[in-house]
Amino acid sequence: MSDAHLDISKHIRTYIFVFGALAVGTVVTVAASRVNFGGHWNMVVALAIALFKASLVAAIFMHLKWEKYIGIWCTLGICAILFAALMSLPSLAAGDLPTGSRQGTWDELPAAAHGDAGHAKATDH
Amino acid sequence: MTAGALLPYTVKPHPVTGVYSGKLGTWLFLASEVMLFGALFSAYVLLRVGAPHEGVAAWPAHEQAGLSWKIGGFNTLVLIVSSVTMVMAWASLKMGDLAKGRMFLAITIALALLFVVVKLFLEYMPKLTAGHGPSHNNFYAIYFTLTGLHALHIIGGVIVIGYFLLFGHKLWYENPDYYTNRIECTGLYWHFVDLVWIFLFPVLYLMN
Repeated sequence: MSDAHLDISKHIRTYIFVFGALAVGTVVTVAASRVNFGGHWNMVVALAIALFKASLVAAIFMHLKWEKYIGIWCTLGICAILFAALMSLPSLAAGDLPTGSRQGTWDELPAAAHGDAGHAKATDH
Repeated sequence: MTAGALLPYTVKPHPVTGVYSGKLGTWLFLASEVMLFGALFSAYVLLRVGAPHEGVAAWPAHEQAGLSWKIGGFNTLVLIVSSVTMVMAWASLKMGDLAKGRMFLAITIALALLFVVVKLFLEYMPKLTAGHGPSHNNFYAIYFTLTGLHALHIIGGVIVIGYFLLFGHKLWYENPDYYTNRIECTGLYWHFVDLVWIFLFPVLYLMN
């Protein structure tokens, strides 16, 4: 029991340190959003910081750093692959969207749409 | 009959997996949650990329959308602290201190409720009273869907943590390791909810 106490005590110091890192990461995220890195780099920087913070949460708070069971790692690996596929699908379809997209508020739709919502939604493309 | 006798491998690791069954089950559940939120993030990407550059349907700037990085940042810090208190609850139970564990669970609930109150009264109400609800345009549709689903997850977590704080702690006196493991599983879910917000905050509040 005393060994367990010692182990957990060390973990508590790590938890406090990770909290500090996450707080600093949040400040850095906001500060970085104020800088124009050009092009899509702002998005890349923001997501990279978010990924770093998420890794800290997963590794330390969710105890993945000490996780030995391969099944959990396989689950996460498959999940990561499927997630990447999910996120890349709309990017592939983005070029197919019509220019001058007809997305807009309800008020902008033709008057007929207000009277027949189902028909309007089916043909509004 | 003890609680641990009803379900096998709630404390002792499963001989095949090497972990107690609740932990494996929780990770599998979280993997499905990743796909749920991933689908919505994916929808966000498509709507954002497909939005025209100008006009009423253009993607609004944060100020136009009524999104304050200060409120979002405050909520981010609230959730991060709640993650710390959740893991501290587990650590306290691991060290045999039920009172401290329950204290940290109570603080976690308080922080979660603070998050929901800030979101509801400082973010949702101004938008809804201004007529900017989910049906206003695509931005608000995806904004309310993403943050609303996340808020529902927070509320669900509050209910579970509340159960373990108020009623479930009696399991501690029968089988303390079983109770600690349940708190660990609850913590895994809670950290995942925090993780989702870590991505939601920059995507919605900071990326223009």
